[in-house]
Amino acid sequence: MDTNNNTYTVIYATIMVVIVAALLALASYLLKDRQQRNVELETKQQILKSVKLGGDSENAPDKATYIESLYAKHIAEEKIEKEDETLKLYICTMDSGEKMYIIPVHGTGLWGPVWGYVALKSDFNTIYGTTYDHKSETPGLGAEIATPEFSKQFEGKQIFTNGVFKSILVVKGGADPASTNQVDAISGGTITSKAVEEMLFKSIEHYLEYFKVAADPAAKADPTAKADSTVVLTPNSVNQ
Amino acid sequence: MDKKIFIEPLFKNNPVSVLVLGICSALAVTVKLEPALVMALSVTIVLGFSEVIISLLRNTIPNRIRIIVQLVVVAMLVILVDQFLKAFAYDVSKQLSVFVGLIITNCIIMGRIEAFALGNKPLPAFVDGIANGLGYGIILVVVAFFREFFGSGTILGYPIIPAEWYIKNGGFYENNGLFILPPMALILVGAFIWVQRSIQKELQEK
Repeated sequence: MDTNNNTYTVIYATIMVVIVAALLALASYLLKDRQQRNVELETKQQILKSVKLGGDSENAPDKATYIESLYAKHIAEEKIEKEDETLKLYICTMDSGEKMYIIPVHGTGLWGPVWGYVALKSDFNTIYGTTYDHKSETPGLGAEIATPEFSKQFEGKQIFTNGVFKSILVVKGGADPASTNQVDAISGGTITSKAVEEMLFKSIEHYLEYFKVAADPAAKADPTAKADSTVVLTPNSVNQ
Repeated sequence: MDKKIFIEPLFKNNPVSVLVLGICSALAVTVKLEPALVMALSVTIVLGFSEVIISLLRNTIPNRIRIIVQLVVVAMLVILVDQFLKAFAYDVSKQLSVFVGLIITNCIIMGRIEAFALGNKPLPAFVDGIANGLGYGIILVVVAFFREFFGSGTILGYPIIPAEWYIKNGGFYENNGLFILPPMALILVGAFIWVQRSIQKELQEK
């Protein structure tokens, strides 16, 4: 048979592409559940990491079960209904009984999405811990946001400066050590660093109203509705 | 079947140190031993199976779209490996993320398909693929062993250098930062080629 014939070439290419596409679709369909579970576990691990829990999971005999049980023990998921959007908030009860409020943050880096979790202390101002991750930032440059060295800088910083919401500034050329809302940017990763700054501002901004009510229930028109909400805050127990 | 097909790519005709193919990924994934092993395994699997598939199709492939057909087959296998890693070895897949996709551009794969699979029966082609994958793996493991040992003081993540030796703990030892950087991989591959050439005199140019 003449394999250089035009018709043959076109038919050959078509059939091959259809077969390959079918195989890939099948693999994706069969493996999806497992992949999704891995992604969920990763998310839970990151949430725990923002409140400095689960760091010893690598030594646990069964990492998945360990993370799941730790998550179930400490974290309550809450949905905040606003007029036009639903916000997610994770409330962590530490071993000491102290509550941490973990805000998921999302933004756009240089090459793809960046995201993270910011844990606030119950004054809704001081950062207890953060964790960041990214899809495809440059290794060694932007990707450094995922390292503990970068996220540790945020500990103890405050999102309010003199009572005004300023978020945290990621400063190029060295943060002022005396400042309560500046951290160092990553050398060579300016766009990713700026993306983190923008992501923090834009994501946390949405929660301000909620914090105001939570910190001072009397400020709300109907105080009985959420009396002493800093402690109770009955979550709409979201299980996802 | 000729035993040489399997033996030669391991050392005597190694794809990395003799044919100098696949250098780019050999530099990228050898900071730690674990990703190097996974990369070697993934390349071996992709190479073995793509050679079999191409060899089975070799008499039907239209010559004019030969390279595209090869690419589609390799790309399919790479995506499958990627999907499997995401499902069964998530941590490793996160570390390898970019590099798994880059298996497709690994010159060893297209090189062996063009040079061997297109002109041989499926079984020898499979053996050639596996052997070349292993030959590539040997270099990766050797380089990664030295880089992880001197660069991080660990092997497969287990600390080898006693903690009290480190300067920060009052000792005398410090990890060598150069071993973590890509240039060191090039130097180590160069050293490997040097050793091999002094053993195999026939490789030396007059």
